[in-house]
Amino acid sequence: MLVGIVGYGAFIPRRRIKLEEIAKVWGADAPSYRRGLQLNEKSVPGADEDTVTMSVEATRNALSRSGGVDPSEIGALYIGSESHPYAVKPSGTIVAEAIGAVPALHVADLEFACKAGTESMFLAQSLVKAGEVTYAVGIGADTSQGAPGDALEYSAAAGAAAYIFGSDESRIVAEVVDTYSWTTDTPDFWRREYMHYPRHGSRFTGEPAYFRHSMSSARGMMEKVGLEPKDFAHAIFHQPNGKFPMRVGKKLGFTDAQLETGWLSPWLGNTYSGASPIGLTAVLDIASPGDLVLLTSFGSGAGSDSFVFRVTGRVAEVQNLAPKTRPQLDENKIYLEYGAYAKLRGKIRMAE
Amino acid sequence: MRDVAIIGTAVTSFGELWETSLRSLWAEAALAALTDAGVDSVDLITIGCMSSGLFTGQEHLASLLTDELGMAGVPAARVESACASGGLAVRVGFAEIAAGLAETVLVTGVEKMTDVDGAAATYALGTAADSETEGFHGVTFPGLYAMLARIHMQRYGTTREQLAQVAVKNHANGLLNRHAQYHLNVTVESVLASTLVADPLRLLDCSPVTDGAAAIVLTTVERARELAAGRPVVVIKGSGLATDSISLANRRELAELRAVRLAGERAYTMAGRSPDDIHVAEVHDCFTIAEIMATEALGFFEPGSGGPAVEKGLTSLEGRIPVNPSGGLKSKGHPVGATGVAQMVEITKQLRGEAGQRQIEGAKIGLAQNMGGSGGSSVVHIMEVV
Amino acid sequence: MFSPARVWREFPQRYRLEAAKCESCGAILYPPRLVCPSCGGRSFTDVVLPRDGKVVTYTVIRVPPAGFTEQTPLPIALVELVNGVRLMVQIADVEDPETLEIGMPVRLEFRRVAWDGEAGVIFYGHKAVRASA
Repeated sequence: MLVGIVGYGAFIPRRRIKLEEIAKVWGADAPSYRRGLQLNEKSVPGADEDTVTMSVEATRNALSRSGGVDPSEIGALYIGSESHPYAVKPSGTIVAEAIGAVPALHVADLEFACKAGTESMFLAQSLVKAGEVTYAVGIGADTSQGAPGDALEYSAAAGAAAYIFGSDESRIVAEVVDTYSWTTDTPDFWRREYMHYPRHGSRFTGEPAYFRHSMSSARGMMEKVGLEPKDFAHAIFHQPNGKFPMRVGKKLGFTDAQLETGWLSPWLGNTYSGASPIGLTAVLDIASPGDLVLLTSFGSGAGSDSFVFRVTGRVAEVQNLAPKTRPQLDENKIYLEYGAYAKLRGKIRMAE
Repeated sequence: MRDVAIIGTAVTSFGELWETSLRSLWAEAALAALTDAGVDSVDLITIGCMSSGLFTGQEHLASLLTDELGMAGVPAARVESACASGGLAVRVGFAEIAAGLAETVLVTGVEKMTDVDGAAATYALGTAADSETEGFHGVTFPGLYAMLARIHMQRYGTTREQLAQVAVKNHANGLLNRHAQYHLNVTVESVLASTLVADPLRLLDCSPVTDGAAAIVLTTVERARELAAGRPVVVIKGSGLATDSISLANRRELAELRAVRLAGERAYTMAGRSPDDIHVAEVHDCFTIAEIMATEALGFFEPGSGGPAVEKGLTSLEGRIPVNPSGGLKSKGHPVGATGVAQMVEITKQLRGEAGQRQIEGAKIGLAQNMGGSGGSSVVHIMEVV
Repeated sequence: MFSPARVWREFPQRYRLEAAKCESCGAILYPPRLVCPSCGGRSFTDVVLPRDGKVVTYTVIRVPPAGFTEQTPLPIALVELVNGVRLMVQIADVEDPETLEIGMPVRLEFRRVAWDGEAGVIFYGHKAVRASA
């Protein structure tokens, strides 16, 4: 059965903090961090924003682009994050309630470090493909934290992307051509229960984790569908910093031009489960009919999900029906000093 | 309908009264009023109290407090209308005598606010707003009045300085009132320099948290004349009660305190009087803007002219219509349930010529206006010497 | 305080901005009630509020009530939506409170309105954000 994206949307909070502002507090050498990580600034969620609030707005944007999908026809909703607001109590039910998809649907919260977003997308499209539901929503969203003074503090950011999958040809904006996942047990980055911040294996997170899984998944994906890098208009990879996605893309044989549109991390930071899904929304915002798009996520622990999409003629009709991603990233920004940032990110111990 | 007279009054000191419990505070005022009246038994006790439950964990005041006076068995009723609870207690007592159901009524008001901390007190006061549509979003009372102030300022050009002048006047009056919580000299500069609470309202625009009780004894005019012992007989000539939408979102006109206007109109009609007849008034200045808006709603000034009126001194002790000679809620304090009754005490003293340094010369007709929440309810009484 | 049941009961209004339209006079009530204050009517149809509007009046709360310390200073406004319905909401993403003004165009966005400490329930709803011109 034909399956594809019938609506897509992203939500990026308005607040930002610059790399220099963080480096100043910890006495780090800002210019070298900027070069080394290829990061300039990152998004910061307000005290009133979380994975659920961003996901509701992203899903509303997806519905705006869906050609009138009735929320009550959504048969499943999945939301992947590593910063669900509750440790126990689903985020997905709140999103489903807010968009009016309740009560006749299946909902699940997912987690797999930064890959939980594409997991949701994989499950959603699979259910539609199997004929189990008419429409299914897959969301990736995070407001993850980096430990104060740790390298991750420069990149851990906030954002959400939502995709509505369906099989009605008249609505499909980008068809799912095929998917491929590559997964092993690789302990590169983790957080034990009740701990506040994650820990990581430092340089071990590079070659054995990010690069090995991203490349194996992308190569396996392209082999499965019989395509080469030159066949794609765009490729999007997971973006833990500015440097890694560009490096892995080049290694695989993609050009800057193919990688640029979906490459948001230098100005957004790493939105974890939102990262490559938000990158895809930026691509769809400017894509042309017939474009082939490769999406390869990465989640520590570890695994990568790949998708090949073929953009349809409907894309131009829907791009302007909801806030686009690049303007959300570039406009109406509110810059914070470290004190305000620490207050918003709950890094200050408040009274009981 | 029979005429109703006020024959005894009392207020406790207002302030942070750590040594005194709710029941002893109340009993102090009740006994003093009975003594002032020259009676030792009543047919009914009314009690205005906004939230003894949230402040002290005690409800069922009708039973508790009547017993405290050794009067168990006497009919009693505790009434609530947020900050208008005291005025409502007056209204209920007045109505029972006017209707012939009682001959002598002890009308009281009390609030003991300092047994809980500031956050809990703010929460308790916040229940006077719409908890689902206003309190839920984190608004506070200063916040609600700040929103009204901003509309009034935008609509009529009321200035920050005019609001401050309400505080200056009321604190000056409070210096002359030994029962007042604050005896402070306040200037426009000090108001404008005080801490921002909810833009544009500052600390000195806001009435405080206070413990206090007040009581008056009502009876028929005939009995009042018997007990008068030479003092002027003060009669309640008009009583008006009204409500308005509790939430600002549902108010027809944000720049007007409609409940005050309606309650005032009903009181004026019953008394056969108009705003120009009033010699002295106690109005509900929970915030400086509230006094300005109340004076407009009561018809003392045209809508929008309340601010300039304060500025010109029209509401000072020497002005055309002295407002809050007691010092108002601002300097006297605002023990919520007691306020409406304390206002009656002040007007009665003024009309009896017993207001000492605050005396308004020749005051024969007075008005007391009490209000609940952000203007969701109001009670107005007009009193005259007969 | 707000128990789970109390908050849950209001989800249709807070999450989806559901309101009631009076069948007799067309007035829109938010939240819905049993009696139309305009005409006394008793029957209603379900409607959903629009999310665009403007600020009627506002304040910035500097001394917060319990549970709102982390969101202080707290801008709160009375917003009038394009269909005339008014509601009280916080204003979110305010960089400088001095830039707030009566008449400011706003759009309602889904946010955390409040939360019951570190261990209690989170209360979701809508806040107003400045709309682009």
